Amino acid sequence: MIQVEHLTKKFASVLAVNDISFRVEKGRIWGFLGPNGAGKTTTMRSLTGYLPPNDGRALINGIDVGEDLRSIQRMVGYLPEVVPVYGELTVKEYLRFVAELHGLERKKIGFAVERVVEKTSLQAVYGRLVRNISRGFRQRLGIAQAIIHEPAVLILDEPTIGLDPAQIIEIREMIRSFRESATVILSSHILAEITQVCDGAVIIKEGRLLATLTRDEWGKSLEVAAADPVDEAIASGLRLAFPSVSDARADGPLLKLEFKEPPEDLNPILMHLVEKGVRIREVKAGLEALYMKAILAEEGRVS
Amino acid sequence: MRSVWIIAKKELKTYLYSPIAYILTAFFLLVAGFFYYSILAWANEQTLRMLQSGYPIDRVNINQMLFEPFFNNMTVILMFLLPLLTMRLFADEKKMRTEELLLTSPLPPAALILGKYLAALAIYAIILLLTSTYAVFAFVHGNPELAPLLTAYLGLFLLGAVFIAIGLFASSLTENQVIAAAISFSVILLIWVVSWVGESGPGAWRAILTYLSFFSHFRNMVTGVIDTQDIVYFLSFIFLGLYLTRSVFEFRRWR
Repeated sequence: MIQVEHLTKKFASVLAVNDISFRVEKGRIWGFLGPNGAGKTTTMRSLTGYLPPNDGRALINGIDVGEDLRSIQRMVGYLPEVVPVYGELTVKEYLRFVAELHGLERKKIGFAVERVVEKTSLQAVYGRLVRNISRGFRQRLGIAQAIIHEPAVLILDEPTIGLDPAQIIEIREMIRSFRESATVILSSHILAEITQVCDGAVIIKEGRLLATLTRDEWGKSLEVAAADPVDEAIASGLRLAFPSVSDARADGPLLKLEFKEPPEDLNPILMHLVEKGVRIREVKAGLEALYMKAILAEEGRVS
Repeated sequence: MRSVWIIAKKELKTYLYSPIAYILTAFFLLVAGFFYYSILAWANEQTLRMLQSGYPIDRVNINQMLFEPFFNNMTVILMFLLPLLTMRLFADEKKMRTEELLLTSPLPPAALILGKYLAALAIYAIILLLTSTYAVFAFVHGNPELAPLLTAYLGLFLLGAVFIAIGLFASSLTENQVIAAAISFSVILLIWVVSWVGESGPGAWRAILTYLSFFSHFRNMVTGVIDTQDIVYFLSFIFLGLYLTRSVFEFRRWR
């Protein structure tokens, strides 16, 4: 479990993180969402103990990061934004070195390296120099080094940045598979990534926490963008046809839907709309709407 | 102890996989070899002249004529080359962002510093060992005394160990290797020449500055004198360098 309480971090006079509090239950995957420079990396670094906060505290499995750094470092696996690799070592040498850094017993190192190589599918580049492997492999190597000591908490800073779509899907699958063994925090500025992988999200902008959202919340709303303005009658027809829809409103070419429960399958609803002659352009998951709402509310508050 | 070895092993690998250690070793041997050769030629000529003018041959001292100037010259090479050996130690970790890996692992910073220090020291020891081949020639063709040679090597090793500690500290201050080398070179040079200022100053001042300078301590060891005061001087300088490096890490954490 990860608890962050009133975390504040200043760099000179700039407030990078301003009074952020949230909580991630054990075994959950939680996302940090926000524009670049929002304070995601700084918050993550505070959780690893790399940057001690000026105020507030972070607890991992009940242990204060500021009080027992060694225990935290043993418990946390961390993938920084820039993958910390040594180009002159081979993948094998690098992973062995990281295993040693984490204090793994000599006879367990071989096994641990084998395990993460398999888990992150690095077999093809095992003997290659790190400087010669591709971006995708390098990112996987970054994840491999983060999980080599079987951490209870995994902190991944922009794990899919700079990857091609196929690689992104692979990494997401990998992150989802960690749910069984670890609590995960990952940062991203891609909304789709958060909706697909995470159980909840924290929206941060300019160091402040704008909203905390869970899968249940964003799963309950949906926006359908059509090519033409949507008739209000279609919206009300939808409410009648689908009891799971608690609210449906047409707003120009946008159809805004609210559900009582996160829907399992959207196809019947979309089919219904197509039959009614709606030309669907885009289906936006609820998180996008909620994210924009939070960002706009913030801008309204500021101006 | 194991954590020191983990870092030292990794650093040695990095040194041996990259060209820098080989290039530095080659240049060191080249320049040192040139010095040795020219001093030897000079010593030969001097000896010849002394014998011609009736100087008794048993008073000609090869240690004094060959090795003392040789070792004094070697210190100048060290002053240039060791900053180049140490500049990458921490600066490169910062530049490549691998520092984050090291500092978020449960490894104590002291082990990190000591591991890196010992790795650079080991490379330096290898270079010194290679220069001992020059001395072998002197033993084959002449009859030098072994003891002053050994103390001179000990002095040279300790002096280099101080330079490496200074270089390690300089490297922890910046992510730019060139700046790190410039800092360590300047600091070494400054501590070296501080005795020159001391020579013209008033008594107490002169004593302090002369004590601070590497020069007087090294000179003793080259002439075959082992004084615990000199050893303590070198060791405390090494300790200071490592301690300051440790402080840089502490300071950066809480800034």
